[in-house]
Amino acid sequence: MDIASPAFKASAYRALHDAHLQQALGHIRTGFIDKRAAAIAALPEFEALRQSARDIKNHTLAHLDLYLEAYEEKVREAGGEVHYAATAEEARALVLNICQQAGARTVTKGKSMIAEEIDLNEHLAANGIEPVETDLGEYIIQLRHEPPSHIIAPAVHVTKDQVEAEFRRAHTSLPPGRDLTEPSALLGEARALLRQRFLAADVGITGANFLIAETGTSVIVTNEGNGDLTQTLPRVHIVLATIEKITPTLDDVSQILRLLSRSATGQDMAVYTTLSTGPRRPGDPDGPEVYHVVILDNGRSAVIGTEFQDMLRCIRCGACMNHCPVYQAVGGHAYGWVYSGPMGAVLTPMLVGIDKAGQLPNASSFCGRCEAVCPMQIPLPRMMRHWREREFERRLSPATYRWGLGLWAFVARRPRLYRVATQLAVAVLGALARGKGRFRRLPLAGGWTGHRDLPAPQGRTFQQMWSTRSRP
Amino acid sequence: MSARDQVLAAIRRSLGVTGNEVARNATIDDRLRRAPKGVIPARGQLAAEERIALFTTMAEKVSATVARVADAVALPEAVAAYVRAHNLPAAVRTGGDALFTGLPWQDTHIEVRHGAARDDDKVGLSHAFAGVAESGTVMLASGADNPTTINFLPEVHVVALGADDVVGDYEAAWDKLRAAVGKGHMPRTVNMVTGPSRSGDIEQTILLGAHGPRRLHIIVVG
Repeated sequence: MDIASPAFKASAYRALHDAHLQQALGHIRTGFIDKRAAAIAALPEFEALRQSARDIKNHTLAHLDLYLEAYEEKVREAGGEVHYAATAEEARALVLNICQQAGARTVTKGKSMIAEEIDLNEHLAANGIEPVETDLGEYIIQLRHEPPSHIIAPAVHVTKDQVEAEFRRAHTSLPPGRDLTEPSALLGEARALLRQRFLAADVGITGANFLIAETGTSVIVTNEGNGDLTQTLPRVHIVLATIEKITPTLDDVSQILRLLSRSATGQDMAVYTTLSTGPRRPGDPDGPEVYHVVILDNGRSAVIGTEFQDMLRCIRCGACMNHCPVYQAVGGHAYGWVYSGPMGAVLTPMLVGIDKAGQLPNASSFCGRCEAVCPMQIPLPRMMRHWREREFERRLSPATYRWGLGLWAFVARRPRLYRVATQLAVAVLGALARGKGRFRRLPLAGGWTGHRDLPAPQGRTFQQMWSTRSRP
Repeated sequence: MSARDQVLAAIRRSLGVTGNEVARNATIDDRLRRAPKGVIPARGQLAAEERIALFTTMAEKVSATVARVADAVALPEAVAAYVRAHNLPAAVRTGGDALFTGLPWQDTHIEVRHGAARDDDKVGLSHAFAGVAESGTVMLASGADNPTTINFLPEVHVVALGADDVVGDYEAAWDKLRAAVGKGHMPRTVNMVTGPSRSGDIEQTILLGAHGPRRLHIIVVG
């Protein structure tokens, strides 16, 4: 998809004035935040598990080349095939080739952010293969021709009434007078229609939450069961994953599983955690006959060893976005690409370049909640700051911003000038407020006072007050 | 250079390694062989009966139902009673699991169908190799005995679970599996199932019965 991240400000402005979106975003608190808090409060070992999981991922990244080789060997032993793709384009070509070899006309898909990252659906459709999204949220946004607005709840921006309208528009074979007022009726309709697609599909494509080196296993974590029908019924199963999904052992995966669903949806465990190893075995009455894994790099290897390496620990739970005041206000689409919220603000510049995604690390109040809730202890605010520095170094930030920072730096490096300037400013502003204690409007600061009053200084600077107080 | 070599070379460049370092290779061999256990929640570390009680509580918390029978001979009647109580058709789809063969199915009204599940099957019956008390999860291994489709296509999934197979934590379940199939090996599919299928994709309201079973009924045997 096109990268609309440079238009963040305009998109965010539109999002703030979109009544449907604002209504939909209101469900995040009860749907995610409260449930997560309750699940974590019930597990005293949660903090210890966070450290354990962080150490596992750090260890794995330090030995990633060797674990990949070990994983590959195990997949081959089990009769599966492993393919590597350095770029999104290579990954698309690999998947298309496997589908064409299988003579596929339709493919069902479990939810995969990597498929979004490489624009897989468009590529398959352009080559005459119909991709069918089967996760309810993904199905809704596929009908609406939209990208996901959340990594685990792709249709979090859509209200129930909008889903009903979309189903009435798309499902023309069903009676127009049918009752779809209850959410369960919408779910039932999607279940019945998609069941036929599952049974007819030639290839099933899923993502992977983990690839296990010990056993050559891919793991998906879902609630609906769509990922399982996707990978069990068709003749061919393709797993799309990225290099950092490698995890050494079943025990290591178990540590991280205890964090994943609790952080994502407040469940102790998602309904279905499924471990797949190769194609069906002799004597198996079901399962795919062919099993392929496509492992994508797409810029991730270049991040290892840099100040952004910690981002490769991300397990895509979505807790950072659920708790982010910016995400809560504008939703995911404003971020302009596949990943949104704090994790998107760090990951997007890694994958598409800071020149295209510079707005995103700036869309943060640095309140730190994202890092506080991240199950993998990823220092998201620090990395956003690193991106801001890179943006500044490459002279990509707007001229007024650079000019303002330059002026501030000039003054801040000269303590005497700083004291004089701040004393003057505080005295003038204090006098101008004329006892009202606040400004309704200020020249050059209209953006700030447009939404709240500026409290007026009371005549003395912090340094002046400090020097009075610290005197014995 | 193949894409594989290119990706591995890029990783090694970033790590500043060649891949031939003896110590690094020994480190990963050791971890893969030992599979060290990390932090195990105290929650599931209980004596056998309390473990089954916790398993039941946790499974019920996620909308599964749990029943218990004294031995396998009582299974057909337990399945029949459940089917009757929920007005389900008197036919059950199952694989060739040894637990279910030789049982008095003929004493019930249940027709037992063998093989992979079909779209029109209403009730599936599987045998779990483990139940995990800490989260009320059942673990199923695929094979001729327990086809994976039985876990997902029928509207109702009935799972038989040996009382002795209820363990405290996932790690203990992996040890059981390794003892059965050999360390480093896996059945083609292992399903960890925690409650019936659900979706929260419409306004974050949880609805049961998305694409998989609408009901999950677990019968603890023993």
